[in-house]
Amino acid sequence: MVSLKELSKKEEKLASGHRLCAGCAEPIIVRQILSATDEPVIASNATGCLEVATTIYPYTSWKIPWIHSAFENAASTIAGVEACYQVLKRKGKINREIKFVAFAGDGGTYDIGIQALSGAAERGHDFLYVCFNNEAYMNTGIQRSSATPMGASTTTSPAGSVIPGKKEFPKDLTEIMAAHKIPYVAQGSPGFYNDLIAKAGKAFSIKGPKFMNVIAPCPRGWRHPTDKTIEISKKAVETCFWPLYEVENNEYRLTGISKLIAEGKKEKLPIVEYLKMQGRFKHLFTEKYKHIIPEIQSRIDSDWGILKKKCGY
Amino acid sequence: MKGWKEIPDGGLILEPGNSVEYKTGSWRAKRPVWDKEKCINCLICWIQCPDNAIIVENEKIRGINYDYCKGCGICASICPKEAISMEEEK
Repeated sequence: MVSLKELSKKEEKLASGHRLCAGCAEPIIVRQILSATDEPVIASNATGCLEVATTIYPYTSWKIPWIHSAFENAASTIAGVEACYQVLKRKGKINREIKFVAFAGDGGTYDIGIQALSGAAERGHDFLYVCFNNEAYMNTGIQRSSATPMGASTTTSPAGSVIPGKKEFPKDLTEIMAAHKIPYVAQGSPGFYNDLIAKAGKAFSIKGPKFMNVIAPCPRGWRHPTDKTIEISKKAVETCFWPLYEVENNEYRLTGISKLIAEGKKEKLPIVEYLKMQGRFKHLFTEKYKHIIPEIQSRIDSDWGILKKKCGY
Repeated sequence: MKGWKEIPDGGLILEPGNSVEYKTGSWRAKRPVWDKEKCINCLICWIQCPDNAIIVENEKIRGINYDYCKGCGICASICPKEAISMEEEK
């Protein structure tokens, strides 16, 4: 169990004054994840909201060494830094522990950065990769990505008389990373901060490539009030749209509320509870497109069944 | 603002966390008001604040930093004791 009182005594690694939107989930996730280690941390950041809004020249919100190179290569950038560190360590020029983190959005991870991520994972670099999954290209104006859920309206999958929002289901990147057989892969939500910080702590303590996929509600892109960010990030878990689980040395384990749902100790909410809070799904509640909701529900039920089986339920 | 001859090469920013010089509090349309009497210092608002705007000292909440609070209202919506309320900014 994480003690917030203990955490509150540590120095913040992300300063105030960044220009992420009011109610953005990303700085919450950064603060929670970076609070999980006391070692020095070096971060790379793919192009995206987090990168742009935390480093508007001549300002930076980062109190740790931080590097931005391009959209597609957060993973190879941090891999290079880590390789450099290993050489300096071997030569005796550095003798302290340093942790390496790559931050990227879903665009920079699911789509544009997947080759760099896959390569760095395969080469076995010692780094933690965190994907802030806000399920579209929010920084450039809410274009659909391969993480955008089916039925979500974006500016490149606009719901209207022709299509019901995005027509395809998102790809399951957490599973793709688990298939790399790296030491640690996890899915988290900032609403369940205990779970997320514990997972980050575990990830920081393990050598080798680690991957965390974190759902990051976006008030602008998901069309919800700014104060609902945390509530929605919880609903995503409670409906099994975004189950909390980890894969440690190829062993699957459900965590937190998801574990309780699998064990029948907590109710699995219908997906409507999640969809109805967000404007990007509002067309699904009209006569024309109401048939989409059962399709989404049945996909979630089937994915949840598969995941439960992997976790031994 | 420094001229191009004085700034570091390569777009480097050499002052960590200097964004604190930029006050985002002016974005706020609604202001969170903290009720010390109702607060149980669970610190959930602190861990869920996107802007580090909940001031915590010695494990206790001391107030809200209006220099940076953007008024998103997350703190008010998740407080288990309803110790934070949102009021229109005048």
